[in-house]
Amino acid sequence: MSAHARVRRGGAGTAVVGVFGELLITAGVVLGLFVVWQLWWTDVVALREQQQVLHALQWEPPPPAASAAPAPVERRDDPPVDPQPAFGQVFAQLYVPRFGPTYVSPIAGGVDREQILDRLGIGHYPDTAMPGELGNFATAGHRTTFGKPYNLIADLQDGDALVVRTRTTWYVYRVVSHEIVYPWQVEVISPIPGLKPGDPIPPLTERWMTMTACHPMFSARQRYVVHAKFDYWMPVSEGTPKELTDAGVKVIGAVGEGS
Amino acid sequence: MYGALWRVLPGPWWVRTLILLVLAAAIVAVCFEWVFPWVSTYVSFNQNTVG
Repeated sequence: MSAHARVRRGGAGTAVVGVFGELLITAGVVLGLFVVWQLWWTDVVALREQQQVLHALQWEPPPPAASAAPAPVERRDDPPVDPQPAFGQVFAQLYVPRFGPTYVSPIAGGVDREQILDRLGIGHYPDTAMPGELGNFATAGHRTTFGKPYNLIADLQDGDALVVRTRTTWYVYRVVSHEIVYPWQVEVISPIPGLKPGDPIPPLTERWMTMTACHPMFSARQRYVVHAKFDYWMPVSEGTPKELTDAGVKVIGAVGEGS
Repeated sequence: MYGALWRVLPGPWWVRTLILLVLAAAIVAVCFEWVFPWVSTYVSFNQNTVG
C-alpha cells in the first residue's frame, strides 16, 4: 500500500480541512501579490507613461547657457497666463530641485484619481488659478504609488523652489509654509489659502501655488499641504532658471540629456 | 485541491510543471491588469485631494 492511499483514506473531514488550508495559502499569496502590485508595479507603469507623456509634448527646450552671455533676466512684472486646460490635458511640467536632479512630472487638468492622478502624475484642481495667475495654482499628487510625484513633499523646506514650465514660460515659486489638514478642509486651495468657502473674495494681489498629497503616508486620513508664493518668471526662449542649472537638474530636451 | 490538479494534468512531471508555471503567470497577469486595479478603487489609502 502506497503512502498516497493511506493519506487519502483519512476520510471526507481530512479532505475538507486540506482544501480549506490550501485556499487560505492561496489567499495569502494573492494578498501578497496585491501589495507587490500596489507598491511596485503601479510605479513602473505610471512612471513609464509619464515619461512618454513628457516627451510626447515635444516642447522646445531652453537654449543652452552661453558662458559669455548675461544670465537670463528674472521678471517680476505680470507673467503670461495660459487658459484653463481641458480635462486630462498636460499643460505644464514641474521641476523640484529638492526632489532630485532627474525629477520632472507632468501636470494635467483635473484631479480625477483613475484618469489623472493614477496615470498622468500631478493634477490641477479645475478652475483654480493657472501658473502665474493671481490666486492659487492648486495641484494634487500621489505621495505613494502610481509614480508618486509628491513622494518627497515632506522634505520641502521654506524657500525651496518649485519650477513650473509651460510651453513658453518658466514660473518659479518658493515654498513658504506647510500644514496638515483633513480632507474636507478645502480652504487650502482657496484663491487666498485659508479663505473659507463662501467668504467674500477680496481683490487678489498674490500668486500662490499649493500642493496636496496624502498624509500620513499610506493613509487617506489627512492631507499634507505645501503652499508656495510666486517669485519670478522668464520666457523659455531666454534660458533656464538658475534654480535648475545650479542644482544640476536635467531639463527635458536640453543639450546633454539626449532627450 | 492542488494535489488533484497535479494528478489531472497530463504528461511527465516537467510538462506538468511547465503547464502550472504558464497558468500561474497568466493568473498573475490577469490580477495585475484587471483585478487589482478594480480592487484598488475600494482600497483608498492613497487619496490626496481635498474637497
